[in-house]
Amino acid sequence: MSDLFKVTIDGQTVEVAPGTSILNAARSIGGEIVPPAMCYYSKLKGSGGKCRTCLVEVSKGSEKDPRPMPKLVASCSTPIMDGMEVKNITSPRVLEARKGVVEFLLINHPLDCPVCDQAGECHLQDLSYEHGAARSRYEEERRTYDRIDIGDKIQLHMNRCILCYRCVFTADQITNDRKHGILFRGDKAEISTYIENVIENDFSGNVIDVCPVGALTDKTFRFKSRVWFVKPMNAHRSCTSCSGKVALWMSGDEVYRVTARKDTYGEVEEFICNTCRFDKKKASDWIIEGPRKIERTSVISLNKYEKGVKVEAPKKIGYGNTL
Amino acid sequence: MQLTNRSKVVVQKEMSFMEKLYIPAILGGMKITMSHFFKKKATIQYPEQKREFSFVYRGKHILKRDEKGRENCTACGLCAVSCPAEAITIVADERQKGEEHLYREEKYAKVYEINMLRCIFCGLCEEACPKDAIYLTEELVPAQYNRNDFIYGKDKLVQPLGTSAHPKTYKPYKK
Repeated sequence: MSDLFKVTIDGQTVEVAPGTSILNAARSIGGEIVPPAMCYYSKLKGSGGKCRTCLVEVSKGSEKDPRPMPKLVASCSTPIMDGMEVKNITSPRVLEARKGVVEFLLINHPLDCPVCDQAGECHLQDLSYEHGAARSRYEEERRTYDRIDIGDKIQLHMNRCILCYRCVFTADQITNDRKHGILFRGDKAEISTYIENVIENDFSGNVIDVCPVGALTDKTFRFKSRVWFVKPMNAHRSCTSCSGKVALWMSGDEVYRVTARKDTYGEVEEFICNTCRFDKKKASDWIIEGPRKIERTSVISLNKYEKGVKVEAPKKIGYGNTL
Repeated sequence: MQLTNRSKVVVQKEMSFMEKLYIPAILGGMKITMSHFFKKKATIQYPEQKREFSFVYRGKHILKRDEKGRENCTACGLCAVSCPAEAITIVADERQKGEEHLYREEKYAKVYEINMLRCIFCGLCEEACPKDAIYLTEELVPAQYNRNDFIYGKDKLVQPLGTSAHPKTYKPYKK
């Protein structure tokens, strides 16, 4: 037990291995004290530290050096120290800073949620709903780009991009040759392919799943439906290139789209190949296991009769009717 | 036990000679009838005359166009998901090149149907709409002979081209 570090986050103490980031320590506790993360992705090496939404206050550096850290730190890239005390939602400084970060992220965001296919499962939507201000103070012109087709299956809307670099890391680490990346610097930076190069790789479709916003979307699902009209189902098939475990988004017997299964933090559990994602759009291609659990607060659970909350019918009916 | 003091004891007594004539009772009834000829009428001649509607009356829906005549609706589906009666069906489509004068956004509703038999005219679709596209007007939804005729498509819902914000068909009482 001595090689575990003790860290207290919002008054809850947990023991984790040295080298764990504050964010992962918070995730091991779970609940509402977990800082939101737009760019950090536990399955991608090197991700994190870009969006600044996971800022937390360190009110006590460690057992040996109890001084607080002077500034808010990014919890996804700050390792814990023994005896560290972290404040997330209990710190008004953090909440204020996060509100500012959301405002910055939304500066160039077109807010075209009614058109965007990501609406309803968009992390930026959730983030700004929970942490942001109700109105935008931004009056200047937003940067705009044309839509780019990356291949015939992936659509890039650079307007919506928040430059989290997740897709670049995915292409770098999951696929074996990367054809797109970030061009230019600062607020001119954009995700781009090298001279409209087509990404042709068996796992390239995963950039759609890792994108926290609607910048990279599935062209085969484009404007087909809204995520809250389709029902996510767990399904699998035997696939030679990937695990074949996916989430099917169905309405009736029709498969609208195929995505990887995502966990509570919106991260892909297992990356899936493009054949599963784009080509198997028939219910007969899959072995359907059953409906996925939808969070009650999610818009996806609306108008669906199974909301994850089971109400037991009373066993006894009438007075004194003991069975 | 007596719950109120308005109860009357029923007695079946023999009618008197005057009551058996019935004429005074008939005349009394006629008097009431005649007096109504000269009172203000409770009914109106409906199709020619119309009653004044409440300012917040919610009737038939309209899908608005903007000042350039383009359809506001972008088929985001928020009206359909907010609808407690599940009366709205939308199929979206992508705007093609050359259709910019028809639809305001790059996505539009190819099919927009409201089942007026299901609709409870609660106005939540109007409340949910982020694009200012759907409004409930003062128009009534008329009776029909077939159930199919109650499913209003875009032909019946979209504001006709060239019409402006006429108070009878368009009433933005929100602002």
